[in-house]
Amino acid sequence: MRKEGIRDRVAIIGMGCCKFGENWDKGPEDMIIEAAYEAYEDAGIDPKEIQAAWVGTTTSHWVGMGGLALAEPLKLHQIPVTRVENWCATGHEAFRNACFGVAAGMYDIVLALGFEKLKDCGFPGLGAGRGVHPVMEVRRTAPSSFAFAANRYFHEYGLSYEEGKRAIGMIAVKNHHNGSMHPKAHFQAEITLEQVLNAPIISSPLGLYDCCGNSDGAAAAIICNAEIAKRFRDDPIYVKGIGLAQNSIAPHFEPEFNWTTFAATQNASKQAYEQAGIENPREEINLAVVHDCFTITELLIYEDLGFSPRGRAREDIEGGTFTLEGKLPVNTDGGLKCFGHPIGASGLRMCYEIYKQLQGKCGKRQIKKANRGLAHTLGGHPSVSCVVILGNEKG
Amino acid sequence: MVGIKKIAVHLPYYRLSRKTIGMAWGAKAGKGERRVANFDEDSVTMAIEAGFKCLQQENRDKIKGLYFASTTAPYWEKQCAAICAGVLDLSPGIRTGDFGGSTRSSTNALIAAIDAVKAGLGDILVVTADCRPTLPRSPLEGIMGDGGAAVLLGDSDIICHIKDSYSAWNDITDVWRMDKDNFVKTWEDRFIVQMGYEKDITHSITAIMERNNLQADRVDKLVMYSPEGTSHQRVAKKLGFKPEQIQDSLVDRTGNTGSAQALMMLASALAAAKPGETILWANFGSGSDTLLLEMGERDASSVTGLTLEAGKELSYQKYLAFRGLVQTPQELIRLFPSASVMWRTRKWSAALHGSKCNVCGLITFPIQRVCYSCKSKDNFEEFPLSGKKGKVFSYSLDNLAGGPNPPTIQTIVETEVGARIYCLMTDCEPEEIKIEAPVEMIYRRFHEEAGFYNYYWKCRPIGL
Repeated sequence: MRKEGIRDRVAIIGMGCCKFGENWDKGPEDMIIEAAYEAYEDAGIDPKEIQAAWVGTTTSHWVGMGGLALAEPLKLHQIPVTRVENWCATGHEAFRNACFGVAAGMYDIVLALGFEKLKDCGFPGLGAGRGVHPVMEVRRTAPSSFAFAANRYFHEYGLSYEEGKRAIGMIAVKNHHNGSMHPKAHFQAEITLEQVLNAPIISSPLGLYDCCGNSDGAAAAIICNAEIAKRFRDDPIYVKGIGLAQNSIAPHFEPEFNWTTFAATQNASKQAYEQAGIENPREEINLAVVHDCFTITELLIYEDLGFSPRGRAREDIEGGTFTLEGKLPVNTDGGLKCFGHPIGASGLRMCYEIYKQLQGKCGKRQIKKANRGLAHTLGGHPSVSCVVILGNEKG
Repeated sequence: MVGIKKIAVHLPYYRLSRKTIGMAWGAKAGKGERRVANFDEDSVTMAIEAGFKCLQQENRDKIKGLYFASTTAPYWEKQCAAICAGVLDLSPGIRTGDFGGSTRSSTNALIAAIDAVKAGLGDILVVTADCRPTLPRSPLEGIMGDGGAAVLLGDSDIICHIKDSYSAWNDITDVWRMDKDNFVKTWEDRFIVQMGYEKDITHSITAIMERNNLQADRVDKLVMYSPEGTSHQRVAKKLGFKPEQIQDSLVDRTGNTGSAQALMMLASALAAAKPGETILWANFGSGSDTLLLEMGERDASSVTGLTLEAGKELSYQKYLAFRGLVQTPQELIRLFPSASVMWRTRKWSAALHGSKCNVCGLITFPIQRVCYSCKSKDNFEEFPLSGKKGKVFSYSLDNLAGGPNPPTIQTIVETEVGARIYCLMTDCEPEEIKIEAPVEMIYRRFHEEAGFYNYYWKCRPIGL
């Protein structure tokens, strides 16, 4: 990888995001149109100006249909459209490829859009029963994959069940507080720590409020060459770094995998930090929107992204470091906890919040000093992670 | 001389008391209890578990045959002995065969094995199990039980000599299950016992005693299959045997375990027998087999599995659900098994082989062509893991996955050789699960989503 990678070569000039939730009365095409047309309007462009598009989605109805899932509702039939998928980093993957298409000099203005229509699939939780192999079908559910991490983390750092539950529970309370101020969030109610601790267990030790919801959603970004970004608006947002890394599809089999740290997140962030020139993320990142599919995941992310020292995230949680008023606000929009996790949409929904925060447009949620923000996705068992760093100044 | 080298019993984790069954139906409760196969067990998996016990510390290359016997084989077409041989990791060039059709199938298999050993073939393993379907509220529901047994036969290192055997057939419709029946059927009980059981078993016992010039008082133990646990006592008395000579039927503890019952009783008898003792062993089903045995030196490790006290009491509702007699919410399975994948992965998915890297020594599961650690390609040896002990590295108690007995317990097992195995845990109570808890690997039935049974490995806490 080149040292400066993607830094300042492309900019976001428009973004859109539909209302997330149980969108029973909307089809995927409705959500796609809602997100895309908000983005067109935000960028002040005509749809005809889009030269290429990337779309991310993972659920079965759209798998195998290539770019048509996007081209059809938006009538973008005359340009190249590519469908991408990379587990829960799928939305980021669409964004990443769109950035590369522009950075390579092939296109000036492109569209990246991610969506997922989970509520049409008939199952109540992400990954339930999907399994990893036709013979050793192990009834993996997403909560269980991360319960492994929670139980191991508690064991490794000597946390009792109650101490561990409390630490991760505070993450849920924080995210729901932030999400209560976001009109597009699926869940907009505040919750108390007591509610979190008393909620039914989904996969021990993870209870109902430790798990993100199953929602529908779509989000979109218009990306252009950084040189021409100011033609469209005064406050374009620049891409500072993008990293992506994998580990095993089933790290459960990997003899050295410790389940208290996820190398995919560490490696993806290392790539992104290097491109963005970030040496001390705790000091140099102003806000982050991260993949809180489960509360324990957010705790591990603090450590893997270098926000908290290894094994010490609990102290930062209790010290308020990651609240809106704290040193490094995380999940200012409520995260997956409030938006749910329509897989293909999530990475772009995260970028949408960073984009709006860096433009100072977040109202009651707006943080004071926002120059550089980070969006992070983590997918699989966990198996893949993407880190995107955005900034509001070029150079 | 041909004889028994090892004998082992597998009893399922769950027990169902006849009192529980009686309460469920508002009927008078019988005494005792029966064993119930877990929802992920069937005759193949129970036979395999007993087989593993017999093969502990044995050189598997010496096994030259495997016979499977059951009245409840999970397949009518597709050989169950071949499934067992694959999981027990036996050599591909050995004899295998299925025996069925009656509760005598186990001794039918055993006598065929004896002949093969006598003919010089080598050691033969006979595995048997039954899980007989009975109508809810029928008397058989409390009488039948589930379980498996296995016996290793050979002509060296034997603990019990097989001196003679006598077989007789009888075409009688006493107990049966037609090809379209879901449950075991019977004729009037007096007919079954008087014209079936008593007549057949008396015939073969008498014949073998006459042929060997044997009087009842010279027999140290009489081990007789017993349909409901007491008929054998009446027959034995008529034949001149005293109560202390008669081996307990186990029916009040295990239930009548069908093809496995006679072997289970023999295992109990051998566990208590003294060197030089004479044992008469009679089995029944569409006729009768009786064998004359003479006890050699008993090696304590050669008889295993009689843990009657262990296990967990099951509710009647769960029993119905486990046996598929009531429908419960299905597991949310979205990935169907594949026959070709099952075949292609058989060295790890059936035989539980991992791979050991020839370059850096890392042992992994499943078999990895490219080493996690040093990335060397196709430079490994297969490494058997089925007998290896492990510890829970981490776990989950999942209420979302569904299934017959939630929560689903998923575990990452760290084996004693380092390889990690991701699997479900069974035969345990969720509250027992702890990181570092010792476990062993067992082969279980997963589901039948694609129209056939998908089997795979699970773990369970050691000591059950």
